[in-house]
Amino acid sequence: MNTQIGIKDKPRKNALVMFIHKLGSPPWFYDFSGKLIPWCWLIFGVLTVWGLYLGLVKAPADYLQGESFRIMYIHVPSAWMSMLIYTSMAVMGFIALVWRIRIMEVLAMSSAPVGAAFTLIALATGSLWGRPTWGTYWVWDARLTSELVLLFLYLGVMGLYSAIDEPRKAARAACLLALVGAVNLPIIHYSVKWWNTLHQGSSISLTGGSNIDPSMLWPLLIMAIAVKFYYAANLLTRARVRLLEQDLRKGWVQNVVREQKP
Amino acid sequence: MSHTPFIWAAYTVGTVVLLWCALAPLLRKKSAFRDIRRLIQIEERSGDSNP
Amino acid sequence: MNPEYTAGSLSGAFAALVRRDLLLAFRRRTELLFPVIFLLVVISLFPLGIGPSPQLLARIAPGVIWIAALLATVISLDALFRSDFEDGTLEQFVISGHPLTLIALAKIATHWLVAGLPIVLLSPLLALWMNLPLDSLSVLVVTLALGTPILSLIGSIGVGLTISLKRGGQLLSLLVFPLYVPILIIATAAVMAASDGLPYMQFLGLLIAGLITSVTLAPFAAAAALKISLS
Repeated sequence: MNTQIGIKDKPRKNALVMFIHKLGSPPWFYDFSGKLIPWCWLIFGVLTVWGLYLGLVKAPADYLQGESFRIMYIHVPSAWMSMLIYTSMAVMGFIALVWRIRIMEVLAMSSAPVGAAFTLIALATGSLWGRPTWGTYWVWDARLTSELVLLFLYLGVMGLYSAIDEPRKAARAACLLALVGAVNLPIIHYSVKWWNTLHQGSSISLTGGSNIDPSMLWPLLIMAIAVKFYYAANLLTRARVRLLEQDLRKGWVQNVVREQKP
Repeated sequence: MSHTPFIWAAYTVGTVVLLWCALAPLLRKKSAFRDIRRLIQIEERSGDSNP
Repeated sequence: MNPEYTAGSLSGAFAALVRRDLLLAFRRRTELLFPVIFLLVVISLFPLGIGPSPQLLARIAPGVIWIAALLATVISLDALFRSDFEDGTLEQFVISGHPLTLIALAKIATHWLVAGLPIVLLSPLLALWMNLPLDSLSVLVVTLALGTPILSLIGSIGVGLTISLKRGGQLLSLLVFPLYVPILIIATAAVMAASDGLPYMQFLGLLIAGLITSVTLAPFAAAAALKISLS
């Protein structure tokens, strides 16, 4: 990559700018992310064990909901991640479109399946939480309905990306779609939320809407942070593989494979 | 109605999906490596130097 | 392009393009009827599937009519750019120097005239079939008049993205329906409020705001999508 020329021209360049430049080079990114990934998994593992222990074992049963509130510790972080990942995908997509940075295209496209996975988990766990709480597996409440529409948005991005043959063109098209979806997302959210109150009168909330007890809150926050490390690890793994696949015939890829222990 | 089967189901779903999501790229990586190794062998056999 | 309009003026180009597309559409007049027939058939399926109970039909009328409008729009959207894409005219437009945004806007305008306006004009008949109360009929027509242009505008972005795909039409519905959700919710809320005798102006206001926003933003996004598809 030609980024090395720019760095030699201005030796006093800000370290952060240099770092960002280097990230744009696939072999450098491949190496760097390879070192990060194990740490991300480690932190994810530790936080998850700790969070689930606090949430599933230590926290006392809720007065109103019984034990089923424990589903919250996987449902809520997943729902939060589904939205966070879409936002991050849209931001990466914006950068990719405006500055035509290939690594951003790869990162944005690699984010989509992870986001869809979390959306799926949020929907399934929300449904399973609804059964003991409200008696039915599916309820068109604001959150589940929003999550469903979000899933369709993810599937649209993934579908468009896989439908176009040329990888960079496919990524650019899907990034534009992600951006359009991101702009619409707040509108969709508010209209669904408001549609829900319009048609049901009272608002139903899975968490009961009451003040949440600290013993219940801590595990939730820990899990919320844990899944972010999952996203980081998974995203980087997917991005690395995507780069290998796209640069199949390039020298740096062959060097990587040669240096691999068999 | 006992809530426990629902809790188990929820965490099972979560674990299965996250596990699959984590493993899928690793499978692709293996097949990518296989393809690259094949390419290297083809090039070495035909005597090409590295591009 | 018609020599009268080659002075390079934006409005001239816009008018020429709309005129040309309308002429092309009218040459295949029978094809213009397909969305109309589709609309009629889909609406009549509902009483057949749900039962003819007037109260039930009246309750679901706003949603059913609007969903049929969504479906009819999506079906006709693919034709928006496809024939021009396939014979290379679209690329000529890009090279022509006229802003692609304007070209997109012209095509969207034609699409609405050819596909959206018939929905608006047909809606009283559909309302009759679905037993929609008469006092909400005017509100239904207004929501469709305001909403169908938004559908064309937002839909054009999806078409721009999928135009280079052979089976783009199938993917198009998946791409575009989530974006249509707010319009559906607001429009049907307006009609239902009118049926119940409740205030509905705030919903119409939201639709107007949506229309203004889409008119200003969607053509740019559609042009960007076309540029990517043609690259």
